[in-house]
Amino acid sequence: MNAPVDPKKLIKGGLHDWEVIVGMEIHAQVSSRAKLFSGASTEFGAEPNDHVSLVDAAMPGMLPVINAECVAQAVRTGLGLKAQINLRSVFDRKNYFYPDLPQGYQISQYKDPIVGEGEVLVDMADGTSITVGIERLHLEQDAGKSLHDQDPTRSFVDLNRSGVALMEIVSRPDLRSSEEAKAYVTKLRTILRYLGTCDGDMEKGSLRADVNVSVRRPGEPLGTRCEIKNVNSIRFIGQAIETEARRQIAILEDGGTIDQETRLFDPTKGETRSMRSKEEAHDYRYFPDPDLLPLEFDQAFVDSLAEGLPELPDAKKARFVTDYGLSPYDAGVLIAERASADYYEAVAKGRDGKAAANWVINELFGRLNKEGLSIEASPVSATQLGAIIDLIGEGVISGKIAKDLFEIVWTEGGDPRALVESRGMKQVTDTGAIEKAVDEIIAANPDKVAQAKEKPTLLGWFVGQTMKATGGKANPAAVNALLKAKLGIE
Amino acid sequence: MSVDEKTVRRIAHLARIAVTDDEVGPLQGELNAILAFVEQLGTVDVSGVEPMTSVTPMAMKKREDVVTEGGRAADVVANAPETEDNYFLVPKVVE
Repeated sequence: MNAPVDPKKLIKGGLHDWEVIVGMEIHAQVSSRAKLFSGASTEFGAEPNDHVSLVDAAMPGMLPVINAECVAQAVRTGLGLKAQINLRSVFDRKNYFYPDLPQGYQISQYKDPIVGEGEVLVDMADGTSITVGIERLHLEQDAGKSLHDQDPTRSFVDLNRSGVALMEIVSRPDLRSSEEAKAYVTKLRTILRYLGTCDGDMEKGSLRADVNVSVRRPGEPLGTRCEIKNVNSIRFIGQAIETEARRQIAILEDGGTIDQETRLFDPTKGETRSMRSKEEAHDYRYFPDPDLLPLEFDQAFVDSLAEGLPELPDAKKARFVTDYGLSPYDAGVLIAERASADYYEAVAKGRDGKAAANWVINELFGRLNKEGLSIEASPVSATQLGAIIDLIGEGVISGKIAKDLFEIVWTEGGDPRALVESRGMKQVTDTGAIEKAVDEIIAANPDKVAQAKEKPTLLGWFVGQTMKATGGKANPAAVNALLKAKLGIE
Repeated sequence: MSVDEKTVRRIAHLARIAVTDDEVGPLQGELNAILAFVEQLGTVDVSGVEPMTSVTPMAMKKREDVVTEGGRAADVVANAPETEDNYFLVPKVVE
């Protein structure tokens, strides 16, 4: 917590430099078919109160029965966070009143969570990496949803989300900038998606963050923190931290003090504001839920789940660097989504790993981003892209023609090898044909030929003309060599 | 352990129970009587004894991850004082 301070990360106030300290509580919706303690569906977007059992609606006499898969998902996540798995954990009641919480309490885990301490390795854009401590992960119920804009005097309550399983993942206050915080959430999301324990869909609320922010002068003890509730996009997490840190710095530099409180981030106004109404609700009066026995399982259960885990992002990245000779940066880009990594491996198998990475990252990802498509929806399959790369490797087409070919495959589909034949895209390696084109250009431009002896950079112009004359199909190496010889350029 | 008048009001508020000024005094007496009764347990030496969570030595029952309920929104909201399109309607709560 008192690691050496990196001056670049400090925020300049009016009087001093300040260090921002961030810790996060991430609420990740567990991927499961049914809810944590009932048999109602977790599916998103149902009609109001359609995915609600009498347990979720807290009807009298209803008893919770835990969903075994939610337990397994929490353990898998704990293993993915290299965390302590607690073979015995306890569910508690967290008491508060709100219209979207029909029980009057949330079933959560307080003193004895299912997962204890772990860590997440986070790679930063500048190539450095940080280790973020995980304090705990516990299982809890989600609340329902209130709509406040339907009626001037009424709030509308839908309990479809009520009782859906959440994993609350609590980090240590190890983050020192909004960039680190964003990178942490991004990495955590990647890990969860690899594990298949949370879909990470922030637009649907599957991943939400409560962000604890405080500031201090470097070397001083921790300042008073404020908690910014329910930030639901990675960009907003960054903005909320910047905004809140500056608010606190302004108060402290004016000689004021920070009140520990819960705040909301308003992205449209670019400010955080106090949620005063919740202040008194902080007395949650936790106690063990008498409806639920302690959650117990044995090490064999944990081991069997560990065996079934997929290769995780860090391991995959390291393997891509070693096996395919990729830079850590490129490997990081490819492994960010499991589907992208799988696609890349299908392309790279038996081919040049770096060439495959360049094509996947620059051409394919570039084009997918432009069209707003996911890798799963790519019109060019890994097999097709692999064939294009093979054609370049075999000298059948040039790199430039390959981009045209990629475009054709993207828009029209088809077998790249057959397309090259049928559309006459084959590279001309026949020196005679290239020589003919070169001779014609030299004959037509005696002035440029004379200049080229003095100014070798004119070679580029000749190359361009030759490529144009051959419809871009001439082998660039052959063109270069021929031109150099004929123009007398070394 | 005993509670004062302020604590009684606070507990009532946390439980969302309306307690009139007249009721606070008698409630304080009742709560303190309950606390005193329970406090007798404090005389038992339980050092080294694991807290008991159940009277029967059994493991918690678990359910399979299968959707077995739902699709009865009208039943769910049947007892609500006010509803619209199967939503519960409550007095406006705004942050």
